Amino acid sequence: MTALLYLVPAALFLGLLGLGAFLWALKSGQFEDLDGAAERILIDEDEPDSAAADQAKVRPTR
Amino acid sequence: MTSLALSPACCGPGAAALALAETPTLTAGPAVDPAAFVRRETDGICRLDLMAENIHCADCIRKIEGALRAFPAVTAARVNLSGRRVAVAWRDGEVEPMRLVEAVTRLGYPVAPFDPALLDERTKAADRELLRCLAVAGFAAGNVMLLSISVWSGGSDMDAATRDLFHWLSALIAMPAVAYAGRPFFRSAVAALKARSLNMDVPISLGVILAASASLMETMHGGLHVYFDASVTLLFFLLCGRYLDRQARAKARSAAEHLLALTAVGATVIEPDGRRRSLPVAELLPGMILAAAAGDRIAADGLVASGSSDVDNSLLTGESLPVAVAPGASVHAGALNLSAPLEVRVTAAGENTFLAGIARLMALAEQGRARYVRIADRAARLYAPVVHILAASTFLGWLLFSTAGFHGALMAAVAVLIITCPCALALAVPVVQVVASGLLLRRGILVKSADALERLAQADSIVFDKTGTLTEGTPRLVDGGAIPAEGLRRAAALAEASRHPLAQALAAAFEGPRPKATDVVETPGAGLSGTVEGRRLSLGSRAFCGIADRSASDDRMEIWLHEQGSVPTRFVFADRPRADARATIDMLKRRGYRISLLSGDREAVAARIAGELGIEDWRAGCLPADKVAVIESMAAARRKVLMVGDGLNDAPALAAGFVSMSPATASAVSQTAADFLFQGRLLAPVAFALAVARGTERLVRQNFALAVIYNLGAVPIAIAGLATPLIAAAAMSSSSLLVTLNALRLKRLGA
Repeated sequence: MTALLYLVPAALFLGLLGLGAFLWALKSGQFEDLDGAAERILIDEDEPDSAAADQAKVRPTR
Repeated sequence: MTSLALSPACCGPGAAALALAETPTLTAGPAVDPAAFVRRETDGICRLDLMAENIHCADCIRKIEGALRAFPAVTAARVNLSGRRVAVAWRDGEVEPMRLVEAVTRLGYPVAPFDPALLDERTKAADRELLRCLAVAGFAAGNVMLLSISVWSGGSDMDAATRDLFHWLSALIAMPAVAYAGRPFFRSAVAALKARSLNMDVPISLGVILAASASLMETMHGGLHVYFDASVTLLFFLLCGRYLDRQARAKARSAAEHLLALTAVGATVIEPDGRRRSLPVAELLPGMILAAAAGDRIAADGLVASGSSDVDNSLLTGESLPVAVAPGASVHAGALNLSAPLEVRVTAAGENTFLAGIARLMALAEQGRARYVRIADRAARLYAPVVHILAASTFLGWLLFSTAGFHGALMAAVAVLIITCPCALALAVPVVQVVASGLLLRRGILVKSADALERLAQADSIVFDKTGTLTEGTPRLVDGGAIPAEGLRRAAALAEASRHPLAQALAAAFEGPRPKATDVVETPGAGLSGTVEGRRLSLGSRAFCGIADRSASDDRMEIWLHEQGSVPTRFVFADRPRADARATIDMLKRRGYRISLLSGDREAVAARIAGELGIEDWRAGCLPADKVAVIESMAAARRKVLMVGDGLNDAPALAAGFVSMSPATASAVSQTAADFLFQGRLLAPVAFALAVARGTERLVRQNFALAVIYNLGAVPIAIAGLATPLIAAAAMSSSSLLVTLNALRLKRLGA
């Protein structure tokens, strides 16, 4: 039963990690444009100023 | 109305994508000056948000972002495909916002500026809160279930100390999770109680809170049974249902808002010093001069100050023919200016406008509909008291007639509350409606209000408007076959230069290569003249072409072609019914709906269409108030009327109907008033929506029946005190699953 002493905290920690990651993704606007995210992988981004950089610049208005 | 929007050379809208390209919201006319919508920030950066049409795919994103980034001053450009919006930021003063708008418009994506703060800030915040609650409840449900299953399967092998440890751990996870993720329900329950009524959230909140706190007491006393898993899983399921419900409606609502924002862009005002600026329509004052370019909608009631043109009133009155206007003529808000730029002096604002009159009629007409109570709320009013009485009598029964004592009686009552907690009942309606809205959305039908499907299912009579609803709203050449191909080809070449609907119809009637017309001069209200293949041609009204012959004069729409040295040709046009109108009306009649036609157009035109479609009950020349009166008299005869209409003159009737639908080409006010919007050139969506609504209602009733049967089986077990946490968890999950699976059967309707 001593295994519980580290298994239970480990399970909870991993769960919290997932929850934290989801809340962070929600907060950083990754759920704003789900259709767009699906299509954007089709764009060849050879230009240096890529879309990813722009997301950070446009979003803070909200 | 045809779409005059440019179509970008890109992928067509996918099967799942909404074909918004067919809406006439923005024309290829001059772009709107976005200056009023630019937000300046302290760091010298300007930001502008635009709604755009026609964005479908990755290539559209790349083209628009590329075009904007080509400006050196632009610091960021981002397309949001889900909302079909474009956000752009640039360094102040280095580029005119108008240039940016033009750059995107030139690519074939008409855009309109909007203020993001006004649009959806509140619903967005609520959506995010719901998602956060869902995440927390999901985390808690998963981990508590992990601990609970260990306890259940450990059974007698597990010593009391370990069991208590697991119960304490569960409490540690569940209590904060319930406090956090339960807030949407607690708030709504408190609001309902304050209003002295009951909704589903009252038994939900009571059940969850009691289960969690009684379990905490059990844990403190080292008890055997705790219900932490039941309370958090319950919250998780219910939040899933609520989130899905919101999403389905948010999608339809944002599409509707998008259409509206595109039509309701500001008016262009000419200042005394000659400068032009855009103003929101609400800020217009009498005496201001408005500029309306060819292809623009006129923003306010007024008198023409300068210019002469043709004005299309079809959305206002249902009249299908354009009217010629000259300085001094009065025009109404919502009319479409067709052939030449106009300057309009605003005469009426506030209470006196035609639009305000329509709004007053609408407010009066809407009062009847507010009385409708949703089916879930009706169920809750019955269900909640029964559940609470049942739990209370279980508690009293155990207290008085057994040796279990206060503690045992409380645990039995809590088990009853958990078992009856209307998980399946709360999912019964939203899950079916989510499936139904998705089904409709794929067919281009938007559901705007939450209870619209329920009301549509009960409709037994249908009232149609004529122009733009039963008909396509655009004239078509009738006798094309009888006209020599040479003449038609040259006439089509000349007609292409005009935006007049008859000219557009003529241009569309000839397929194939055609010569280019030169020296084209358009005389508003009369016709066009120009040179085609070296010949001098006139195309227009009888008088314009100098024809004295009155013999063939009738009520039909016509243009004449006059060519030097040859006999004039007459082109006759008619507004044709939608291609499947007859078939749809016949099908609706077979299904037992009573069909009527109310038109604002002339008697002869309405009679012809009614005859063509086999509608016996029709009235012509109806004013907006007449339409409302007819619908109210039908409602007084206990008929539930579905009103289908598109014009501004239909808006009060749409509000008066028990439920209403508009084509996506309708006026902005009608779109606001209607419960459903449908897209495309066919009438079939009306029949499809009615079928889905009836299917939805059938499934909702089945789901309620399933939930009741489940309760009949499970409640006696709980009252008997035999509902262990394991039984509660299994019963709850299986009933929710059953209801959800049953809802999915609706998909077969769309196959």
